[in-house]
Order: sequence, then structure tokens, then C-alpha cells
Amino acid sequence: MQDSKLPLLLIHEVGGTRGVLEAHVPFLKKHFQLITMKEFLESKEYYCAQVQAIYSWWHKPVIDRELLKSLPNLKVISSAGVGTDHLDLKLISGFGVRIANTPHAVHSTTADIGMALLLAAARRLVEGCQIAVSPDTGYFSNNWLGEEVTGATLGIIGMGSIGYKIAQRARAFEMKILYHNRNRRKEDEEQAVGACYCGAIEDLLQQSDFVMLVVNLTPRTYKLIGKKELQLMKPTASLINISRGQVVDQDMLVEALQTGVIKSAAMDVTYPEPLPRDHPLLKLKNVIITPHVGIKTHKTTFMITEDAVSNVLAALNGLPMPSEVFPD
Amino acid sequence: MGFMALQKCPIANCHLLGWQLEASFHETMEENEHPYTLINVIGGTNGVYEDHVEFLEKHFKLITMKEFTENKQDLSHKIKAIFMWFHKPVVDRDLLQSLPNLKVIANCGVGVDHLDLKLISSFGVKVANTPFAVSNPTADLGMALMLASARRIVEGHQIAVSPDTKCFMADWLGEEINGATLGIIGMGTIGYKVAQRARAFEMNILYHNRNRRNEADEQAVGAVYCPKLEDLLQGSDFVILSVNLSPQTQKLIGRKELELMKPTATLINISRGQVVDQDALVNALKNGVIKAAALDVTYPEPLPRDHALLHLKNVIITPHLGSATSKARHLMMRNMVESILAGVSGLPVPNEVHV
Repeated sequence: MQDSKLPLLLIHEVGGTRGVLEAHVPFLKKHFQLITMKEFLESKEYYCAQVQAIYSWWHKPVIDRELLKSLPNLKVISSAGVGTDHLDLKLISGFGVRIANTPHAVHSTTADIGMALLLAAARRLVEGCQIAVSPDTGYFSNNWLGEEVTGATLGIIGMGSIGYKIAQRARAFEMKILYHNRNRRKEDEEQAVGACYCGAIEDLLQQSDFVMLVVNLTPRTYKLIGKKELQLMKPTASLINISRGQVVDQDMLVEALQTGVIKSAAMDVTYPEPLPRDHPLLKLKNVIITPHVGIKTHKTTFMITEDAVSNVLAALNGLPMPSEVFPD
Repeated sequence: MGFMALQKCPIANCHLLGWQLEASFHETMEENEHPYTLINVIGGTNGVYEDHVEFLEKHFKLITMKEFTENKQDLSHKIKAIFMWFHKPVVDRDLLQSLPNLKVIANCGVGVDHLDLKLISSFGVKVANTPFAVSNPTADLGMALMLASARRIVEGHQIAVSPDTKCFMADWLGEEINGATLGIIGMGTIGYKVAQRARAFEMNILYHNRNRRNEADEQAVGAVYCPKLEDLLQGSDFVILSVNLSPQTQKLIGRKELELMKPTATLINISRGQVVDQDALVNALKNGVIKAAALDVTYPEPLPRDHALLHLKNVIITPHLGSATSKARHLMMRNMVESILAGVSGLPVPNEVHV
């Protein structure tokens, strides 16, 4: 029997496709009484006044007006990861509920995935692996080439914490770094990674061999990369997306990839996820797609849960939360 | 060379005043400036690259193996150099004997384990490789393989595009790179560049090398020297092999070494297939002795299509892509041209490989 003095934390489910990881349950149970959506819906009257917090993992449970109305004592929603585009922040705030994300846990690991995708795209790693194991391969051609990463130009669109960690990594590959950001970074920060500010995104697009998207999804960044932007890129360039699928105009991307407007793309995110099985992006040879694995390591997922718990406990004790998110 | 009276050389366009020289000297000078150089073939899947030919022909009179075989009498004494592109043409005793004026063999890439250096040296022929042209792309590929393996990029892509995929599982996880420990076996030029890159990923670096690097080099990348290979193997989450293939490094990683590694560790090989005991590796991967492997090199290349390594889920293999970028191959070619021009002129040969 769980300690009934512990506050009640509502989660979607344990395990399965969208559930909180089983490995995290013992840790969560140290601090909370866990209740799944299924258990909640089966005994709504009993639980509704007791739920003080929700742990949102991979966008579940869905937070809508109905749910918020049914939880009169809900104090905080802690969302795993850094993106909060799946939450109606105004709506939630309107109910007097605080919101937190877990940005710090994800920075390094998401930067690692950005570089992994950049290198995989440049060196045609996925295609290469297919050749290496294919039953039809009789010999390796010496004329099967990729693009050099060392010394190439990387354009980082979105130089927040994750973008900056990418710059730090890219610098070790002697890459020339350009960046575009809402606000320019301080001079010493720029110098530390050798990054050159491009006030106009066009300049970055025209000069980069690799363009990396590291922005969050907002009305301003929706379809930030469309036909015009793709055409400004070099025909030898690769686009890497670790932001959100909607930052790119996907139809225009397909066209650009099919017609050689850009060379290749590698994306950890699409819209929707997964893409419909007949989507053209799935069939292009010059595309690498990963199933939104940006933060998916044992270590980082656990750190996310730890941070989420810290946020919830702070909120329940009326204290400032380490990573509170406010509506715009 | 013979000299006669002091007068201007009568050969047209010759700028040499003073001494009339035998025709053979003039011919030799021309040949040294535009030396006859043996290549295997141009184009196709493994020949000299067609877009390199223009530059090569500026400096060399290219003779293909086909042309040589058809016209041995005339050509054999003219050939001064061999431009060896991916192990071809094959240099054996027969070929060396048929090229009495051969001065230099330029080999593309850094590995010379396919050459009988003693034999070649016994014919008074110099050998040059291209160590620096390959070092950046090879270090890059080592990083690419480590990241791809840890974060399961290849598997992930397969899931993302599979017709059977309906949703992405939440509990599908990879291994963390940042904060993990990388053990570099072989800290030469390539190994050091791997260390420089890995450091930026906030990795802890251990290394094992024939000779310890100087303190400044170690500190610059935060690398800790392990005089005993065992310590490196036991302490690493990722082990990368960047040694050259020699009798000392043949099967350097065998059953004992694999068993010393953590069961959660990954082996990355960018050296040569023979540095690893492949059968022991298969066993280790099948039985969870180590977690995964990522190999740019195997023995042979390609592996037979029924080889166990091709069918293990925890292995990724790339088709020897270490130096496979247009930029690197162009630079390799340029380095080889320099080595050949120096070799035929009796000058010190850049990138000479000593026996």
C-alpha cells in the first residue's frame, strides 16, 4: 500500500507507447501516490479533489478544459522535455495551474542528436549501412562519397542553450559557425565557439553547408523554412531538424529534395509523428528520419523525471519552481 | 650524359645555354617533369577518378595497366612512378622486375599493410602514403559511428520509415554520449583528432598508445593515459580502435579484451578488420559480453553475405568510408602527385613510408 500522505500525481499510464517509463516508477513512488488516467476515470469522484499534480510524458495525458475543470485542486502540470507547444498555456494558467518543463536535462543530449544527424547525413551513414549488409553487395565501390564535415560551414538557426551546445561540438570539428537568433549573443559567448552572427537569415542560408534548426515552435517559427529559404540554401547543403516538424514546410522540403534544390535532410521531428506510411519523405534516399529520439537515453529520461519531480514538489510547497513556464 | 663544345643546345625551345647535351639528357629532363606514371584504370567503380584526370595529366604521362601490358617493351624502362589508387595496380616481384627505372610508389590512404615494404625497398623504390589527407574524415567517421550506435540512428531510421510503424514507443532508448567515457586505442593523428572531437561532447577520455603523448597534448583534450590496455577496457563506455595494422596490432582485441570491456560498452573500429578477432567479436555480441559494435572496417571487405556480423541487431557496418569524401580524395590525389614529383627528381619524398 502506498503512503496515503503523499500527494497524488496523475499520469497517463505506465509503459506502453506513451506511458511513463517503468524504470522511473520506484523513484516517483518515493514522492507521490501515482494514479493513471484509467484509474482516475474509473473512480473520478473519489480522486478528483485529491489530484494536485500531473506529470505530462510525451504529451499525455491530454490537458483540456474538461480535465482541468474536473481537478479543482490541481496546482501544477510538469511536462517532460522542453517543448510546451502541445499545452494551451493560457487555458491552463486561467485555471490557476502552474506549468513547468525540464529544459536543463535535455540540452546536451539533444545537441548530441543534432550532431549525430549532421554526421550521418554528411557521410551517408544509413545508406552506407544498407550497402554493407545488403545481400546484393558484391564489392565496395571506391567512388561512393559523402561530404566532409571538418572545416565545413554550419548555420545554426536558434542559438539558445541547445544551439549553443551544438556550436561547442561543431567547433571541435573545425567547422565555421554562423548563427541566427532572435537576439544576438554576447561577444565572449560568440568568441568562445567562433560563431558569427547573421542578422539576416538569408545570409546564413546562402553560406551554410549544413543548416541546423534548433528553435522552439511558436507562431513566429511556424514554417520558418519554406520554399524561399530552401532555394536560398546551397544545392550541396543538408538541412538538419531537431526542433519541431512544423518549423519546416514539409511539402516544400519534399520538392526541394526531389529536385536537388538541397542535397539532403536529416530530421528527428516531423509533422505528424509518425508520418503517414505513404508520405514521400519516407521514400527519398537522401533523407534520414529518426523517431523523435532527441532526449531518449536512459540517463536523460531519468534526469527529466527527476527535474519534473523537483518542479512539482516546489509548486506543492508554494516555492519558486526551477523551470516554470509562463504563457506569452 | 656527355658534353661537347661550349655552344647553345641546338634542340628547339631548349633554354640551356653553354653545353651541348646528349639527347638522352633532354629526354630524361622531360620525363622527370612529366614522368611516365603507371595506374590501373580510369573511371568505373574502382579506377582513378575521372575528375582527377585533368590535374594528373598536367603532371604525369599516365599509362594504364592495359597500355603497359600491350606495350611492355617500349614502356617498361620509361615508367618512373606508380600511382596506386585503392591497392591497384598490384605491386609484386614480377611488376617490380619489369620496371627497372621505377623510383616511387604513391599509395592513396594511410594504410600500407597491403604492401610488401621490404620487397619494394629491395628494388630501391620509395613508398609514400597520404596520412594527413585521411585524418579529419576518418576521425569524423569514428565520431559518426559512435553517435549512430549510441543513439541507434540506423535502427531508428528503419522504424521511422517502416510500413509497419504505427507509433513511436516511449521506452525505446539509446545510450548517453555526453558524460560517458571514451577509450581511444591508438592516439596517433587520427586518434588525437577523435579525442578533440569527443571532448566537445563532454566525454571523459582514456587512451592507450605505444608511446605516451606529452603533457600539453594530454591536457588540451583532457586525456588520461592508460599504460595498461586492461585499465582502458575496463573503464570505457565506448572503445575506439585507431591503430594501424601491424604484427603487434593483429587481433589486438580478442576474447580476453572483449571480456574485460563493460557489458554496456560499444566497440568502434576505424582501423583495419584484422585488429579485431572477428569470431570472438561475434560471440561477444551474441552473448551480451559487450553491448554493440560499429565497424567501418572488416576482414575481408565486404564480408561474405552469410557472415554472422551482417545479421546481428547490435552491429552497424559501413563500407570502409573513413576517407570517403570528395575533399579528402582530392587532397589524397594531390599529396600523391607531390610525392611522385619529388621521388622522380631524387628530392626528399613527402609522406615517405620507411621500412
